[in-house]
Amino acid sequence: MSHLLEVKNLDVKFDTDEGRITAVENISLSVDQGEVLGIVGESGSGKSVTAKSIMKLNPGNTSYNEDAEIILDNENVLQFTSKQDLKKIRGGKVSMIFQEPMASFAPAIKIGAQMVEQLLIHKNINKDEAKSISINMLKRVGIADAEKRFNQYAFELSGGMRQRAMIAMALSTMPKLLLADEPTTALDVTIQAQVINLIKDIIKEYQMGVIFITHDLGVIAQVADHVAVMYLGSVVEKGPVNEILKNPQHPYTKGLLQALPDINNLDAPLSPIPGNIPSPLDRPTGCVFRTRCPHHNPEGKDGKIEMKLIEVEPGHWVDQCGIQCGQNG
Amino acid sequence: MGDNLISVNNVSVNFDYQENFISKKQKIHAVNNINIKIKKGSFFGLVGESGSGKTTLGRAILGANKISSGNVIFHDDERDYDLTNMNKQDLKEYRKKAQLIFQDPYAALSPRMTVRDIIAEPLEVMKITNSRQETDERVRDIAAKCRLNIEHLRRFPHAFSGGQRQRISIARALVSNPKFIVADESVAALDVSIQADILNLLKQLQTELNLTYLFISHDLSVVAHVCDVVAVMYLGHIVEMGPSRELFKNPKHSYTKALLSSIPSIDPENKSKAIELKGEIPSALNPPSGCVFRTRCPDPSDGCKQGEVEMGLVEVSPNHWVDQCCVNCN
Repeated sequence: MSHLLEVKNLDVKFDTDEGRITAVENISLSVDQGEVLGIVGESGSGKSVTAKSIMKLNPGNTSYNEDAEIILDNENVLQFTSKQDLKKIRGGKVSMIFQEPMASFAPAIKIGAQMVEQLLIHKNINKDEAKSISINMLKRVGIADAEKRFNQYAFELSGGMRQRAMIAMALSTMPKLLLADEPTTALDVTIQAQVINLIKDIIKEYQMGVIFITHDLGVIAQVADHVAVMYLGSVVEKGPVNEILKNPQHPYTKGLLQALPDINNLDAPLSPIPGNIPSPLDRPTGCVFRTRCPHHNPEGKDGKIEMKLIEVEPGHWVDQCGIQCGQNG
Repeated sequence: MGDNLISVNNVSVNFDYQENFISKKQKIHAVNNINIKIKKGSFFGLVGESGSGKTTLGRAILGANKISSGNVIFHDDERDYDLTNMNKQDLKEYRKKAQLIFQDPYAALSPRMTVRDIIAEPLEVMKITNSRQETDERVRDIAAKCRLNIEHLRRFPHAFSGGQRQRISIARALVSNPKFIVADESVAALDVSIQADILNLLKQLQTELNLTYLFISHDLSVVAHVCDVVAVMYLGHIVEMGPSRELFKNPKHSYTKALLSSIPSIDPENKSKAIELKGEIPSALNPPSGCVFRTRCPDPSDGCKQGEVEMGLVEVSPNHWVDQCCVNCN
């Protein structure tokens, strides 16, 4: 069966004044219809860059490698260059929900006008139809007084409401793939719970594929089916959510879990991962995690082990250096 | 008053608000009638959603916000400071003893000053040290305690990661040798692995330097881990307060219960549904009468629905205080 989205051997590099930065290296991921892939990692691990590559939204100084493929619905997105083609993915087949809803709506245009505008671009319908689709969608995401909100500006809505409107806007074009980039990070916990439930219901209803980016492992546990753990531009471990969270193999995944304060186990000490995330300008050779790994083996420490994912259980892939280190600790 | 460092008595903070110059002047009730006592050497947690008045209360205790009614007393060894009735000299003294750590370590440090100058600035402004040599000594001393290297002191903030910057802010707050620290969402902007490091550092400094913290956060699992006493705020009121273990194991107020159930569980098999609170926090311009939580309470009593029950904390078990309205609701 072919996947809805398949990313193969993707490298993303940025040319900056200080040199060429490797933001993402050799990433392969896949998402099926109706499936949620969670991507976790610290800031600077390349989560958002990966997602933006799928819509080719990275800035002009970006270069992709020749043999990379991003296959969406049997078409290679990376080969798209014409405006016409890009329009198909940006907002058509793929929609994105951003972290900060205040920054993503145009402040001087009414919410409704923004929703109608994108529908007119992507669907072959007239204004009245677009308006009724938009209002129905606003109702669907639980906004009371949808007709009134339709004619308001983003600043008139509260944070949770704005994020709902953002979701409604992203979904109204019926995308096949939804990219959610930290959609609940800026929200309070009670509102976060509402939004997570809403996203889960909607995925079930519309059977779309979702990439859910977050740094919160609790949120991942609640929404995702599969998880990819990223560190400094590489996937160090991926697999079904149960496997990753209950039986983590890579020392970085283990470290993330141990650093998390757990409300059900208040006596457990909080153990930080030692050291700092290295600058992408001097990315370690070999295993990227070796500068912070608490249990590194001698070869891994010298950077002699190449990064390569190995299947340890069906569907559960771990970086080969990390497997050895994980067994040490 | 023995073991209390701070007593907050019936404190309210109101802000004037006028939508535009012809509309009526209104009052925002940011903080209403708060009573708390912070014991010496305690890690006092203040949790609540955005807009609940946590930061306003923290700033009022530091004397950075005007207190509309009530008073705040800081019990120092020799004397008490009354924040509502303080002359300039006293305020200067108080500032040395009470300091603030900010949320965003990227915005809180001047990009044009070296780390040494950033940490030394409070000493110079407050004229605590007499010579440059003495200042340098104090700076090096506190930097070492906050696990910063000596060579870091010569660099500018842009060279540091989020966690290191937060350590610089902590060093700056501690250099005047304060007794009381308000940490306002000090770990909210950090990654989990660094967050754990900063929390451990705060704990360690507390015992080393005999500090008392007011720790403001929206993250309940963090608060549960580090704080001894926790107060839950909602729309300017404290709705529940108690020793943190007791409060998290045995929450009484429906708002606390809802907050706790909203924390996403790390166990993928435990997909227990959160108690969903309807709607959002009401505007502080026009708070509900009676119990402020009644518009979102999942199970309000009849009297409460009408807004007839006054707010007030009652002690349900030793040191565990709950708003009286909610005791009747369940």
